[in-house]
Amino acid sequence: MLTLLERWTKASLADLQGYVLLVGRTMRAAVSRPFYVHDLVEQLEQIGVGSLTVVLLTGFFTGAVLALQSGITLDQFGARSLVGRLVGASMILELGPVLTALMITGRVGSSIAAELGSMEVTEQISALRALGADPVRKLVVPRVLAGFFMVPVLTVIADFVGIAGGWVIATFQMGVASGVYWSSVTEGLFWQDPWVGLTKPFFLGFVIVTIACHVGLGVTGGTQGVGRATTKAVVRASIAVLAVDFFLTKLLVFLVY
Amino acid sequence: MEQRAATESTVTLEEAFGPGAPVVLFDRVRLSFDETVVLSDVSFTLLKGHTKLLLGASGSGKSTILKVLLGLLKPDSGVVWVNGHRIEDLPEEQIMPVRNDIGMVFQEGALFDSLTVAENVGFKLYEQTRMPLDEVRARVEEVLGFVGLAEYIDRMPSELSGGQRRRVAIARAMTTKPRLLLYDEPTTGLDPITAATVDDEIIKLRDLEEVSSIMVTHQLRDAFYIATHSARRENGRITIVPADEAKVREAEFIMLKDGRIVFEGDAEALRTSKDEYLRKFLS
Ligand SMILES: Nc1ncnc2c1ncn2[C@@H]1O[C@H](COP(=O)(O)OP(=O)(O)OP(=O)(O)O)[C@@H](O)[C@H]1O
Ligand SMILES: [Mg+2]
Repeated sequence: MLTLLERWTKASLADLQGYVLLVGRTMRAAVSRPFYVHDLVEQLEQIGVGSLTVVLLTGFFTGAVLALQSGITLDQFGARSLVGRLVGASMILELGPVLTALMITGRVGSSIAAELGSMEVTEQISALRALGADPVRKLVVPRVLAGFFMVPVLTVIADFVGIAGGWVIATFQMGVASGVYWSSVTEGLFWQDPWVGLTKPFFLGFVIVTIACHVGLGVTGGTQGVGRATTKAVVRASIAVLAVDFFLTKLLVFLVY
Repeated sequence: MEQRAATESTVTLEEAFGPGAPVVLFDRVRLSFDETVVLSDVSFTLLKGHTKLLLGASGSGKSTILKVLLGLLKPDSGVVWVNGHRIEDLPEEQIMPVRNDIGMVFQEGALFDSLTVAENVGFKLYEQTRMPLDEVRARVEEVLGFVGLAEYIDRMPSELSGGQRRRVAIARAMTTKPRLLLYDEPTTGLDPITAATVDDEIIKLRDLEEVSSIMVTHQLRDAFYIATHSARRENGRITIVPADEAKVREAEFIMLKDGRIVFEGDAEALRTSKDEYLRKFLS
């Protein structure tokens, strides 16, 4: 008889092992033939273009509210003109990468888990294998590559839109001159900052999509299972995004500053 | 280990190495999910150009047998030979070439719902061969013609009825002319006329192209029809006629009950069996 705790630990370890194996197979498949170029292009569009609106909106409002809030604090020190510094550094270093990743998790992670999950329960994954196609190559690799390359692109877009959102508030509401705002943005950054801010989303994109694929392919229990998997993928990937961001930041700070 | 030693001395396994080797050989295959035993000691052989008709109550393990045969599920013990390859322990990459010669019709069709009917049926040709696109298209039209769905070639699977989807799945399994076809309830849910054309197609593939097949079915009418008819080509015309006795004996029925084979034999033996479970099942 296994206790509940033992059973839970066992299941979690098996799950983790499955995830690591999937990541290994994905990486091997990504660098060897056959490549499914058509599927990759489709996913790049799905993930990249499809997430643009969401990322534009979140980026803009985040930058704007950041300017608004920090403006109040900065006013207490009479340092209102430094608002660009704060907005720029926060967006590029943390909020751009993390918020973009979280939005992609909600939008893309859930849909990947649902799509692969329903393919699993309707035996389409088995049919793929029966027809001689490797589901990892055909389904997982294109999605993971698309996530790996599109999340950084979207992050850069979010950074710019966020800084622009801050600019709108700074100039039109706080009365900071446009030139002052922009030079303060650039002055506030160390040369390493953009690199750190740009390195992180590659990893975050990879983590989000691999988790979603793993959860999706592991669905059991019919349509209900698909529903549960969607939630599971979003929860797991969100936590992973925050955790990976933390440890990666620690590592990068150690390496480049 | 003991298990292995025991299996290697069986007669059926030796057959696998001789001339006229069976296309499929199962030897004492066992499989369980967690604690439930799904297959216990399943052994049978399928010879080239023959048909096996798998019968059995819902949940008796029929679909599972087909999945083990395709290498989609790994048995806990036992030996599985397919087309001269011993597959039960092979890694996925090495099973792929074995699967190339097998066509499978899944119970629920399992069509890719993000692809059109043409892309589904021609999947393998589009993805894995360099065949020119118009030739693929022609082949797709041809096999869709077999199941009477040529005009649906550009539809999405979601725009088809259940029976039409099943027929597309049958067409997809036949596209690359595999030498072994596995049908999981191909005629369930089809009207009698369409079911008859599907049966005829299965008979034609078996008798004119030497395709071996395993058919899982609940439709006893279709099972007996396939077992007792054969296809003949005369002056370029193909006709389905009642089969002679020898041919009828080639089609073997297998009855499964709770993951165990409880009957194996030809149509005549099944009809005249005194076994109570069989009688009940057939009535
Ligand atoms: N993935 C799985 N996990 C656990 N049990 C399973 C799984 N797949 C099948 N089973 C069990 O294995 C048994 C055999 O299933 P199988 O699909 O082979 O039945 P079947 O003979 O094809 O039935 P049907 O005629 O209803 O299609 C069933 O009792 C089923 O509950
Ligand atoms: Mg079944």
